Amino acid sequence: MLSPVILVPAVLNGLMTGAVYALVALGLTLVYGVLHIINFAHGALLTAAMFAAFFAYTLLRLDPYLAAVILTPLFYVLGFGLQRFIIGPAAHGEDRNFLLVTLGLAIVIENALLYAFRADTRTINLPYAFNVIEVGNAFLAVPKVIAFGAVIAVALALWAMMQWTDTGKAIRAVAKEKLGAELSGIDVGHIYAVTFGLGTACVAIAACLLIPTYYVNPTAGDAFVLIAFTIVVLGGMGSIAGALIGGLFVGVVESLSSVFLGASLGQIGIFVMFIVMLLVRPSGLFGARA
Amino acid sequence: MKVYPSIALVVAVLAIVPFVTASNAVLNFLVMALLIALAGQGWNLLGGYGGQYSFGHAAFFGTGAYVTAILQVRYGINAWLGLFIGVAAGALVGAVIGALSFRSGLKGSYFSLVTLAFAEVLRIVASVTPITGAGVGTLIKLDLRPEAFQFQSRAPFYWIALGFVGLSLVLMRAIEQSRFGAYLVAIRENEDAAEALGVDAFKVKLAAMTVSAAITATAGCFYAQYFLFLDAAIAYGPWISVDALLAPIVGGAGTLFGPLAGALVIKTLGEATKLMTGGAPGLDLVIYGLVLIAVVGLAPRGIAGLAARLIPRRRTGAQP
Repeated sequence: MLSPVILVPAVLNGLMTGAVYALVALGLTLVYGVLHIINFAHGALLTAAMFAAFFAYTLLRLDPYLAAVILTPLFYVLGFGLQRFIIGPAAHGEDRNFLLVTLGLAIVIENALLYAFRADTRTINLPYAFNVIEVGNAFLAVPKVIAFGAVIAVALALWAMMQWTDTGKAIRAVAKEKLGAELSGIDVGHIYAVTFGLGTACVAIAACLLIPTYYVNPTAGDAFVLIAFTIVVLGGMGSIAGALIGGLFVGVVESLSSVFLGASLGQIGIFVMFIVMLLVRPSGLFGARA
Repeated sequence: MKVYPSIALVVAVLAIVPFVTASNAVLNFLVMALLIALAGQGWNLLGGYGGQYSFGHAAFFGTGAYVTAILQVRYGINAWLGLFIGVAAGALVGAVIGALSFRSGLKGSYFSLVTLAFAEVLRIVASVTPITGAGVGTLIKLDLRPEAFQFQSRAPFYWIALGFVGLSLVLMRAIEQSRFGAYLVAIRENEDAAEALGVDAFKVKLAAMTVSAAITATAGCFYAQYFLFLDAAIAYGPWISVDALLAPIVGGAGTLFGPLAGALVIKTLGEATKLMTGGAPGLDLVIYGLVLIAVVGLAPRGIAGLAARLIPRRRTGAQP
């Protein structure tokens, strides 16, 4: 059972799946790192982006990878606007209110999608979705390999942006010391909105990478977000590297446990890991002790 | 106005309803509102008074509901006894989750997350284990005798639900006036300061969560008897976690009558939306979400806060 013939493909496939988890987690951790608040609307936004990618393909015949180029800036603007005009003003700077407002947003988005598109599960048929690449004795689906590469590229780009651009430096400053950043002339409200926009943009990219191999229905995003929560807790809230490594790790764990335990128990495994992590070390494996 | 007499007055006024109308639709609506008010009162103790925002009160609702149902269906235990055991089981689940999360120092969004996760774990477990009937669900046998906690008409159910809500109001009032209640509010306002003054925050939060879970579990037990059917998505579904927090927040978190007022308002809104849209799925919840955002943004202290803001204004208006 432990022969490399099974293990190597399982691990490789887990890494591919884990990359998309990592991207969803990246958006979540980014918002948490700066606003110090969990965005409960993240899953609903992912679902909305998946619907957008789905209709871009079925109505406009746009290839999902091409749609990403349009949807990413669109969702950046959406996230920016949500934080600037709805979440920020409604939360009055109180953490508890922020939780409730994002929960409210999640309910609105999810049910608006349910109302508009019913609970039907939809998939798209890309001509190349079932093409595979042979790596050693493993066969990897082409869309998953593309997703893996894209996630690594996005993570690197995000990291470079944080490191070298003025906006990135301002985001890091606000994350570290909000008051100090404000005193040195950084518009904190603007940076919050930019960060929320970036988090939402991550979700749009993730949706475009997912849609070739996954389905969409009004609650499709939830599964990913619960995994993303686990990853964020595992990798340390607010840590980009933590989200990436955590995502890949969870992907591999899930893949291996579905090989050995069956798919239905895989989900519980992730939850149990999540609860244990939260209880034992809520600051994460890579995060600083809170 | 004195508080206990106002509780008596509210309960008395509501108790008259079945004499005024025999409409099943009206009673059904009110029973659901009372159920949400009860579940919401549980949330209110921990979230409203204690400031610990749980996103997973379904864990207690569902446990109460399932224990009541399973004891009857599988072990032939009387429904009333099942109710007490169900409430105790809900309280126990609350105590365990509370002990684990408060012991690890989880606060704020971490606490919300872990409660959400526990409720989801229970939902997934309930949807696969045979004892809950897994995907098929659990059906309580029809047995329309008061001894079996089942009635021919809606009115007795309504009065019992009202009785539970009345009891929860009296209990909450007693807590409000007790040392325990004061400690709880102190923790909400500033946990470190409360601890510095000698409040054992862990103990107080744990007690609050246990009682909170028991109250919400009562609503779950009642739900099982009223509908006689449960599955994992009903008992442990996110809908009840959302309703249980929405009612007190709309009505005014940390106020005695907040959950009841909020439950009546959100249920009315929900029904009105259903009527207007012909029961299209989702739209009533869209309204709930919008109301939640609007209340948090525009009236952070809910209906109670709005009322408090209006009444003094009228008084000061008299003397310029």
